Amino acid sequence: MKIREFLKERLVSKETNEAVDRIPKPVGSFGYDAWGFNSDAYKIGISIFKPIYEKYFRVEATGLENIPSDGRLLLIANHSGQLPIDGALVGYALATNPHAPRAVRAMIERFFPQAPFVGNILNEVGAVLGDPVNCAKMLSREEAIVVFPEGIRGAGKPWSKRYKLQRFGLGFMHLAVQTNTPIVPVGIVGCEETMPTPFHLNRLARMLGIPYLPVTSPFPLPAKVRLHFGKPMVFEGPIDTEDDAAIKVEQVKDEINRLIQQGLEDRNGWFS
Amino acid sequence: MSEVEKPEILITGAGGSLAQSVIKQLKEQYHVVLVDFRRRVQIDEGMSSYRVEYNKRGFEDIFRKHNIEAVIHLGRMGLYESTHRNRYNHNVLGTQRLLDLCHKYDVHQVIVLSTFFVYGASPYNAALISEDQPLKASELTMDLVDSVELENLANIYLWKHPELNITILRPCNIAGPGVLNSMSLLLSNSLAPVLIGFSPMMQFIHVDDMANAIVLAFEQNHPGIYNVANDDWISYQEAVVQCGCTRLPIPSAPERAPHTISKLLGLKAWPSYLINYYKYPVVIDGSLFSETFNFKSKRSLDDIFSYYREKKALGIL
Repeated sequence: MKIREFLKERLVSKETNEAVDRIPKPVGSFGYDAWGFNSDAYKIGISIFKPIYEKYFRVEATGLENIPSDGRLLLIANHSGQLPIDGALVGYALATNPHAPRAVRAMIERFFPQAPFVGNILNEVGAVLGDPVNCAKMLSREEAIVVFPEGIRGAGKPWSKRYKLQRFGLGFMHLAVQTNTPIVPVGIVGCEETMPTPFHLNRLARMLGIPYLPVTSPFPLPAKVRLHFGKPMVFEGPIDTEDDAAIKVEQVKDEINRLIQQGLEDRNGWFS
Repeated sequence: MSEVEKPEILITGAGGSLAQSVIKQLKEQYHVVLVDFRRRVQIDEGMSSYRVEYNKRGFEDIFRKHNIEAVIHLGRMGLYESTHRNRYNHNVLGTQRLLDLCHKYDVHQVIVLSTFFVYGASPYNAALISEDQPLKASELTMDLVDSVELENLANIYLWKHPELNITILRPCNIAGPGVLNSMSLLLSNSLAPVLIGFSPMMQFIHVDDMANAIVLAFEQNHPGIYNVANDDWISYQEAVVQCGCTRLPIPSAPERAPHTISKLLGLKAWPSYLINYYKYPVVIDGSLFSETFNFKSKRSLDDIFSYYREKKALGIL
């Protein structure tokens, strides 16, 4: 707690403090929510991430006006870059959205809650265990959640599969229909180039009990990242079969593909 | 209303601070029969009070002697008390006897105090656990089997004997003046063990608010299973600091290390079988109870923590 106070004092500017205070995020009397989000830790996270977002990855975000100012929301994005940098970039973009700032929640792998420090820190800045019950409960509390339906298939894919959407899980569509939640598709361009990965050490990954072990750059490269937020999509139920869900998911995939293509056309190489 | 005309209700665990707070609220309207297995409790002149084990034959005499209309079952052997076998005999078999007697003597309503511990602490727990989630505590340790079994038993009677109108309450950590559960003991200490790198979200309810919740459940009588918790949360490490404790860092790896250290320290407030609860969150959703019974806590988290902080500052704890 003393460390948090120290970091807040040193790192959080008056502007960031005020900007985060404007985000309509209900918390309890000590600044926490049920999933471990903490408003002070979030301010520190935003402050630390500011130069990474603005200077290192030089992120360009378009379509932020499509994000509703309140109410439940699912942001469905393509996943890439070996590390979950894309989730953090989407989170920062929404937190600093000039139209309507929001504290977006990201779903994390089941491995993280067991990792000392990491699990708690991720929770404090808004990440939560990827679990359908968690997701449904958060939507019932009108939260905005970013979901990467490709999961580790997307994050850990090798260079040869860059910008090729991997199989999408269907769970998010069931949730969207059950909870009457709009979906905002997000196309992310640039994260594939932050950690180009020719191949993985699968056997060693299995031995270490981690999802994948890429042979890649020792640190993320400063590729320019573009985030394209599409218009909200609303799907109506009921979903009677998994095929019904798959058809609806394909519509979201098509829109994400379109946004990715738009991002690829906009750029001139990896770094500009 | 004279003492003779008042409806009679039986409250177990009458010596505990929670029960005393409940008794205080109900004694004007009801003739309260006090039962405790530890000691004979005397609160007011004229109250009937018994020291008796629920699974001893003498317990039935109370039902023969009094026309018990409702039972508020708060008396259970705490997690740090005795062996798990004794706790099983008292909490599970004793409760079974109590419920059998309630059925035999036409008791119209039973409130059973359970605990959030029954959900179990796991890294895969979602937050805001609702009442229909599985009870996984017995997967963790034999020491929590009695808590889960007590629940299962009450559930069986809830469906088998609907005329008993059983309400099961699963509160979060009850804390405040006079509370002697393991969490309250821990917050009362000057040193509080914390696992390095882990600080799960926790919920606390003031003992007076919990007493209000029990009284509401009794007065409104909507049988079923309910979590009882506020919409407010704090991390464990911050809670102990707020209570004026100094954190005692305990290595969290290798996995058995904290269990071994707990056994070596012999702290009854931080037993080895509860270590997962100081590592992973068990955050319950109390909205069903709040909406059904129109319940709202009157005490904040800071009210709870300031009690421990101030008592420590005065050197009382």
